[in-house]
Amino acid sequence: MTATEQVQATVMPGGPTHKRAKRPAVGPAVYIVKKLLALALTLFVASLAVFFSRFLVPGDPARFLLRGRSPKPEALEEITRQFGLDKPAWEQYLNWLGGILHGDWGRSLTYRQDVSDVLLGRLPTTLQLVALAAVFITILGLFAGIVASLNKGFGDRFILITLTAAGAVPPFVAAIALVALFSVGLGWFPSFGSGDGGLDRIWHLTLPALALGITYIAMVARVTRSSMNEQLLREHVEVATSRGLTRGSVVARHVLRNALGPILTVSGVLVAGLLVSSAIIERTFGLSGIGQLLVQSIDRLDFAVVQAIVMVVVAAFVVVNTVVDLVQPLIDPRIAAGTESR
Amino acid sequence: MTLAIQLPQTGLRRYGSLLSPMAWGALAVAAAVVLLSLFAPVLAPYDPDYVDLNNVLAGPSGQHLLGTDALGRDLLSRLMHGGRTSLLGPTIVVIGSTVLGLLLGLVAGWSEGWLGKVLGRVFDLLFAFPALLMAMLAIALFGKGLFAPILAMTIAYVPYVARLAQSLVVAERSRPYVQAYRVLGFRTPWVVLGRVLPNLIPTVGAQSTLNFGYVLADLAALSFIGLGVQPPTSDWGAMIEESRGALLGGYILPAFWPALVVVMVVVAVNVIGEELSDRIGGKLS
Repeated sequence: MTATEQVQATVMPGGPTHKRAKRPAVGPAVYIVKKLLALALTLFVASLAVFFSRFLVPGDPARFLLRGRSPKPEALEEITRQFGLDKPAWEQYLNWLGGILHGDWGRSLTYRQDVSDVLLGRLPTTLQLVALAAVFITILGLFAGIVASLNKGFGDRFILITLTAAGAVPPFVAAIALVALFSVGLGWFPSFGSGDGGLDRIWHLTLPALALGITYIAMVARVTRSSMNEQLLREHVEVATSRGLTRGSVVARHVLRNALGPILTVSGVLVAGLLVSSAIIERTFGLSGIGQLLVQSIDRLDFAVVQAIVMVVVAAFVVVNTVVDLVQPLIDPRIAAGTESR
Repeated sequence: MTLAIQLPQTGLRRYGSLLSPMAWGALAVAAAVVLLSLFAPVLAPYDPDYVDLNNVLAGPSGQHLLGTDALGRDLLSRLMHGGRTSLLGPTIVVIGSTVLGLLLGLVAGWSEGWLGKVLGRVFDLLFAFPALLMAMLAIALFGKGLFAPILAMTIAYVPYVARLAQSLVVAERSRPYVQAYRVLGFRTPWVVLGRVLPNLIPTVGAQSTLNFGYVLADLAALSFIGLGVQPPTSDWGAMIEESRGALLGGYILPAFWPALVVVMVVVAVNVIGEELSDRIGGKLS
């Protein structure tokens, strides 16, 4: 589908939108640059917050960083040199930021390795887990939402109540329940470890991914349902139906397409939520990913690693949100034109 | 309903029409859990920390209504006492974030100039830090326990309240009653705190009610991974963690009860919160 067709598919059937323009239309270049500048600014301020959080702890920073370890003079000296604690705060920050931008994330006290190496070693497991969860969320969430929206009455109510209940189950409770049912009870899935690559990996990650995704499956389903319900009432859908298009094609081309906006909007929150919750899920299922590493590093008082992971998660959230903002006008040209008030 | 005649209802029946049956059920569940936890020292049948190794992993019986855990501790008593810590955290967070959020939202919404814009940016930035992540960072800084996560989550939930309050204030600001007070020369603090603030309470209250459920789940999750409430203090999340060994051995009950209570409370709170916001939405439209 070309760009023009896309515009026609979304704009034509409904006719012109009657909302008044809030601001004059801006060119795509200006829009993209504005979004990227906002991204850079947010990342900068977030890095300030993450770095200077350490300064909230009263007392000697060297001793704080060495908590739980013997504060031998050599160790104190090493940590002072490594973090540049004898330099002024702004210089410490600039060094840290410069290091991060160059891929030098500091050294882990626990692993005696560069933080970046520790992180990279753990990254694949977390990414696979989050990706599998995203697949479940997309398939199950969209499916449940579409089915609920197209079936009025009992079907809708049943799915809605199930979703409300599922949305209230915290991931760690879901993890325990899934283990009780599918590992201990039925013995279908393993309850521990990440397996050897390939299908075995997917088999091991199925329960964790479901537990991780359950809240968001419910969220995506609810957003899909209400967004589709809203579209189903619009004139353009009526027109499409009266033109004699099949129900399937009306839903796919005219309802779901226009309903995608709100679904996309929640995906930024979703990615951050998945990354954070993976800390709990990875710990429960004994997966050695970034989340497990975060919990272990808090446990072992390895602050450099904690700081790095927090920064990664926040950056992932901000970047995904920006990508969503940039992609949305492609799906819904009214946003680029500034005529859609959402 | 075939008859559309609205008769004024009197007495207790009036309250029946205020909430749906589901919300009444949710309210009853929430009230029961709160009361049982609050009066745990009086009502609990056993000392929650009393270890009885002759009676481990017992099923429900007359002596132990919900059974015992791997150390022979009475599960009902632990649940009731655990409720005290599990409910205290979210209560503090919700009160703190509501008060702070309302104040910041009022300031941000009322000031038309740079202050509102700057505060809006600060809220945006805070949104980039998921509450659970902020809590973990705080634990890394200040140590395990409840203090750090409560502090962090209070801050993390401020923007949810503040953003809402801000948008409400912006809408209220242009309404005739505010204009009238301004024309009549009433002082701004009096108008804002005395006349605008009360109009925000229902909507913000609904949001804060929903927040309670999220905070409860997050704090329980932190205790579950061993970063929150430390043993031997009982807490629902910590109880689930302690029961994992028994669970893998096929004893489901010690993990089931606290999990059930957490889900029940979160569902109840969500139902109440959504009922509240639906009602307010209905009133406005």
